[in-house]
Amino acid sequence: MNVAKIKQDWFGNVRGDVLAGIVVALALIPEAIAFSIIAGVDPMVGLYASFCIAVVIAFVGGRPGMISAATGAMALLMVTLVADYGLQYLLAATILTGVLQILFGVFKLAAVMKFVPRSVMVGFVNALAILIFTSQLEHFEGESWVMYGLVALTLAIIYIFPRLTKVVPSTLVAIIVVTALAIYFGFDVRAVGDLGNLSSDLPVFLIPDIPLNFETLAIIFPYSLSLAIVGLLESLLTANIVDDMTDTESDKNKESRGQGIANIVSGFFGGMAGCAMIGQSVINVKSGGRGRLSALVAGVFLMFLIFVLGNIVVQIPMAALAGVMIMVSISTFDWSSVKNIHKVPRSDAAVMVITVGTVVVTHDLSIGVLAGVLLSAIFFAAKISKVKVTQIVAVEGKKKVYKVDGQIFFASVNDLVAKFDFNEAIEEVEIDLSLAHLWDDSAIGALDKIESKFEQNHVKVTYTGLNAESKQLKQKIGGLSKASGH
Amino acid sequence: MYQKILLAADGSDHSIRAASHAVKVAQIDQGKIDIVYAVDGKTSKEDVLHGLDKYEVKKERQEKLLPVIEVIEEAGLECETHVVHGEPGPAIVDFANRNEYDFVVVGSRGLNQVQTMILGSVSHKIAKRVHCPVLIVK
Repeated sequence: MNVAKIKQDWFGNVRGDVLAGIVVALALIPEAIAFSIIAGVDPMVGLYASFCIAVVIAFVGGRPGMISAATGAMALLMVTLVADYGLQYLLAATILTGVLQILFGVFKLAAVMKFVPRSVMVGFVNALAILIFTSQLEHFEGESWVMYGLVALTLAIIYIFPRLTKVVPSTLVAIIVVTALAIYFGFDVRAVGDLGNLSSDLPVFLIPDIPLNFETLAIIFPYSLSLAIVGLLESLLTANIVDDMTDTESDKNKESRGQGIANIVSGFFGGMAGCAMIGQSVINVKSGGRGRLSALVAGVFLMFLIFVLGNIVVQIPMAALAGVMIMVSISTFDWSSVKNIHKVPRSDAAVMVITVGTVVVTHDLSIGVLAGVLLSAIFFAAKISKVKVTQIVAVEGKKKVYKVDGQIFFASVNDLVAKFDFNEAIEEVEIDLSLAHLWDDSAIGALDKIESKFEQNHVKVTYTGLNAESKQLKQKIGGLSKASGH
Repeated sequence: MYQKILLAADGSDHSIRAASHAVKVAQIDQGKIDIVYAVDGKTSKEDVLHGLDKYEVKKERQEKLLPVIEVIEEAGLECETHVVHGEPGPAIVDFANRNEYDFVVVGSRGLNQVQTMILGSVSHKIAKRVHCPVLIVK
């Protein structure tokens, strides 16, 4: 990378980046706190993570203008790890997540993203939205009408305030107003301080306090793998969105490595794993952020605010945060997928619904993605496994031509064999494969089977129209199976 | 008279209506029509989520504008499409002024007063800030 490019990435848009960074920092605080509470850790863990990740990614990320920090998708994956083993294991898992993501980046696995079909991605964001929403319901338990009123007020301000001005983020205005009301009237509602500690210390370098043995690895590895995959999935999706919004290109493998480095740093400085945030990145670009400086300013300003305003932050009522999280879930949910569900192919709709259903049941986004990808693969195989066989009588009572049209592979061979009539009294059969493609040893096996069944009835079989690839496969495997099997 | 005509369109019914009026303006003096489609952050997010691939997204947007393009091509005129990013109002204003169009045509969504207050009127913003004559098609 040359100096001019570095200069452009950092200082090409100083004014826009600084302003947008400040806006993003203000919007990040409530989310970082709320996501910490979802994960079951002190708010500082999410705030440290947001600071570390935003700052580190500013230097090592592949997509300038994208905002990464503590996120809901990642927080939701950590819940059981934190509940069963505690914060130290989470920090270790965060570091391991980073290592895995760097490996993904080094081995250029960003391209694997193309194996995740769009209906699975839609299911992913919808499931994420639903989980963020349901995670807020516990805050309503045993609360009075005041809680409901404050949440409603928060949402009203968030959605109506932008009509007056868009300079100040409406979530911030909502939180200030609701916090001020709660303090002034002394409402008996839970505040952030009741759910965890908030300190005004800067994060410090610490090695997680865990036994360094195989048992620990066995505990954290499944979590780290889920975190690494989900984090990259959301980051690369976000990078694509920012690419589109800014009409520019980005380096996806560099971004994967960058996410990894950021998570390692976060883990060592007491933060939880994070990834790119769709909502915050859209806010950043909309507010004029384009360069690396925007993420740096967002991270540094966030830490500055916590440093200065820590005492006030603990007094934010949970009602205000719940309101913000409900807004986050509404904007995360892809409403167009519900509106158009009758228009998309039924198999796509099924994949989307199954992905969402799996996540809602298992509370694990990575299992949902896996289920969705598997189901799409099965649907795809089923779709292309339809083989058409037409019979043409060449010489009456003597020779018949079977024209095979389609993909011959493990999923289609059963259909294929059933379409031949082996008991016909003829002398010769020609199988025309010019419109077919042989893919695997099941295909060769099926042809062998057809051939031997015909041979039992003393019918001679010839093949025509094999394409080069299929011919090669047939020679390679066909020779083998003939030699050993017959 | 009006040679460089800009049609702000998003493939909706009102933008198809606006296209037929853009054609009439172009026919006055053999003008050329450019279509501009503004994609805001929310649409960007939805399009990328459903298209994933860059070329897929581009193709789908082109398809969205197809009914508008057809109106113009059926009248025997050529047109070029441009996609700009950002809030539709300011983005279209900026595009129109930067490329010095002679005439801008835009459809009106026909919102009532309350809707206009909440959603904001793209056509009004364009009429107010573009430096050339603007036709708002109801």
